[in-house]
Amino acid sequence: MSWDLVANVVVAGVLTGLVYGLMALGLSVIFGVVRVVNFAHGEMMTIAMYSAVLIFGSLKLDPFLVLLPVAAAFFVFGYVLQTGLINPFITRPEHTQFMLLIALAIIMTNALLMLFGPEARSVQVDYQLESFELGGVLLDKVRLYAASVAVVAAASLFAFFRFTLTGKSIRACADNHLGARVVGLNVKRLYGLTFGLGAACVAVAGCAMVLLVDVTPSLGPYYTLLAFVIVIVGGLGSMTGALLGGVLIGVSEALAGLLIAPSAKSMFSFGLLILVLLLRPQGLLGKRS
Amino acid sequence: MTRSPVALLAALAALLLVLPLFAGSYALSVATLILYFAYTGQAWNVMTGFAGQLSLGHSLYVGVGAYAAGALFYHYGIGPWAGLWIAILLCVLMGLIIGFLAFRFGISGVYFALLTIAFAEFTRIGFDHLDWLGGPGGMFLKVAQRDQIDLANFRGPPVMYYYTMLAFAGGALALCAWLLRSRAGYYWRAIREDEEAARSLGINAFRWKMLAVAISSAMTAVSGVFFAFYYNNLFPEQIFSINRSIELILGPVIGGLGTLFGPILGAAVLTLLSDGLTDLLAALGWEIPGIKQVFYGVVLLLVVMFLPNGIWPALAKRLGIREAEDR
Amino acid sequence: MGTPLLEVSGIDKSFRGLQAVARVSFSVEPGHIVALIGPNGAGKTTCFNMIAGTLAPDAGEVRFAGQRIDGLRADRICAAGIGRTFQLVKPFGGLSVLDNVTVGALNREANVPSARRRALGILERLGLADKRRQPAASLTLPDRKRLEVARALATEPRLLLLDEVMAGLRPTETDQMIGFFRKLNEETGLTILLIEHVMRAVMALSREIHVLHHGELIASGSPEEIARHPAVLASYLGEEAL
Repeated sequence: MSWDLVANVVVAGVLTGLVYGLMALGLSVIFGVVRVVNFAHGEMMTIAMYSAVLIFGSLKLDPFLVLLPVAAAFFVFGYVLQTGLINPFITRPEHTQFMLLIALAIIMTNALLMLFGPEARSVQVDYQLESFELGGVLLDKVRLYAASVAVVAAASLFAFFRFTLTGKSIRACADNHLGARVVGLNVKRLYGLTFGLGAACVAVAGCAMVLLVDVTPSLGPYYTLLAFVIVIVGGLGSMTGALLGGVLIGVSEALAGLLIAPSAKSMFSFGLLILVLLLRPQGLLGKRS
Repeated sequence: MTRSPVALLAALAALLLVLPLFAGSYALSVATLILYFAYTGQAWNVMTGFAGQLSLGHSLYVGVGAYAAGALFYHYGIGPWAGLWIAILLCVLMGLIIGFLAFRFGISGVYFALLTIAFAEFTRIGFDHLDWLGGPGGMFLKVAQRDQIDLANFRGPPVMYYYTMLAFAGGALALCAWLLRSRAGYYWRAIREDEEAARSLGINAFRWKMLAVAISSAMTAVSGVFFAFYYNNLFPEQIFSINRSIELILGPVIGGLGTLFGPILGAAVLTLLSDGLTDLLAALGWEIPGIKQVFYGVVLLLVVMFLPNGIWPALAKRLGIREAEDR
Repeated sequence: MGTPLLEVSGIDKSFRGLQAVARVSFSVEPGHIVALIGPNGAGKTTCFNMIAGTLAPDAGEVRFAGQRIDGLRADRICAAGIGRTFQLVKPFGGLSVLDNVTVGALNREANVPSARRRALGILERLGLADKRRQPAASLTLPDRKRLEVARALATEPRLLLLDEVMAGLRPTETDQMIGFFRKLNEETGLTILLIEHVMRAVMALSREIHVLHHGELIASGSPEEIARHPAVLASYLGEEAL
């Protein structure tokens, strides 16, 4: 096994991992702030991927070009979903909330199955097979662009939460729900915005991911699990943790695929989840215990 | 007005006992499936509904149970009734390991649920790589003639499977009724409602949670063994899949989590309605894969939104039936 | 005056660098009613939590009937004979009132029927028997407090820890509770340690009062002594008010 091969695999893993990280960032924001256990997260990602497939199929538009409109649509969808359906469940017993999201996940996955069938779909752009070379390592153009998009999106989200008033209000809600209401923040609206932002992250991640993998309806549950693994490993409440966790999972999946067998790659992720839950539940960079 | 459920139960039991006399083979297989889901749902209900520990990876026990008994039959010709005990032993062991790891480390709620999913997924992928168990291509058990009843090897006509499942479902109901009335039932429900308060009343929460997990996994192992000898083919991708885990919790959740009759009612409602739906669509000439699951999802959504405690509690209230011992 | 039933010696507790309780020592004689008072944040509930086993002290000892219990699990401490209520009541909402108390009674009773019988008896003494089939979640706050007490009593404790059980009650309800505990103590000799802000209850019930302020014990004595104690008055009213 040559160093070049390993290096290529690791780099590919890092780049894919950044896209995973963006997806997980969306969950971190939703789970961390709104306290909704979004069992439909992966399904939302899959819907985004199918949207990109449809748009590419009919309008021949590169997924990277339609990022913003798709993200905007998902933002609205997320906002409506949260304020219209999910909001009352935040104060209800935990398991009712889980069942709600599971119901949504079931409906989403199987609606996709009904609409698109089980065969894999993909998006093939003109530069699909091109790559840059950097010191013996081949960087696939699609992978590099996807990762860049993920980083830009994540950075924008960081900036939003750090520097804007709305962003700070949302962080206030997360820290102290009751206190936020006492000072007059419209928590319901802010929760809606947060869920919308989480959904927008997923939309961007999906548009990027569709260039890297083929999409089938069954990706939904898989990505949901992956998002939770990343968020828990990286640490709940930490946005950097989500990105870091994503990269970690991306690299370990790539290496496991290389060293063990492609089908065993997710086994490592689940094993890691079990270990983290038991030994360091706050994750690598998490704040809450 | 408080009625006892016994009269209703007796009528139902009588109906189920004579069902094969007038039901066709398709109806019988549907009934067997309902009973299977009622039984498995009841088993899951012990851990999640009674004791409040949400398991979303219960397909693990179905799969391990099925493969244990299946492998023993396939490789060594050991009959299902002996294989059953090995299956139960293995499942209880797995359950206790998961329970120990989770409860010792204070993992609960969604994290516990995720842990159960992780174990099920880990096992699914693991079994895909175990060639001794058939790997991804699956394990196929020899099917002998279906006309004579060979109870030792659990082969026979559909009626045999129906009555076996009926016996299991009835037994599970009786067991759960007894458990609910016992100290275990009180302690589990206390832990479910407020674990800290339960501890302050002298309850060793760890021990009782472990007991719930052990009983639940043991009961589910039996489902697995039944599954193996009824369908006769096992694939890791299928039997350990998270879809299976979700499928078996739909009955109890829709019927009524933590109640006695919830799992049975939920299984019946879901299976009958979805079969009715697919029949209707088939009659209209539509064969749409995935529509049954969308239907399940919609039913679950509606129940969660409008009848959060499930159908049974609302129905029982209407009929004036009191499930509990409060008389 | 033999061994105290409860002996707390030099217990410390800090949370992430904040010292909640510092070198607190006091004892409770069997059959007495003793109050633990002090301004909010003084560390009273933290002391309770260390006695009842929810928390382990960072240092110091807790002895119950001569045996060390600090660091033991909460359920072991209940089995040893300490019952407690919580400041924010924790009823088993989905269970009936009777079932709630039955859970407590099962601590000593060998089987469910006898536990239910005893639970019913306790409910009658607390005036909740007519509500026994209602789900606990449907009770008003005063009833929930009574349920909490009933449930703890059902475990047949030798020492009962009451955490602000009078809070939120109207004066007539408070008087009822005071009467109940006084009678309980006189008839059964049950030892009671209570955290309380409602001074009327503290003065009416306690034989001895210990005062905490910023995690430290600043005064101990009879109700009359405490009422006049300058440090106690200062802690409640502030230095300027004196």
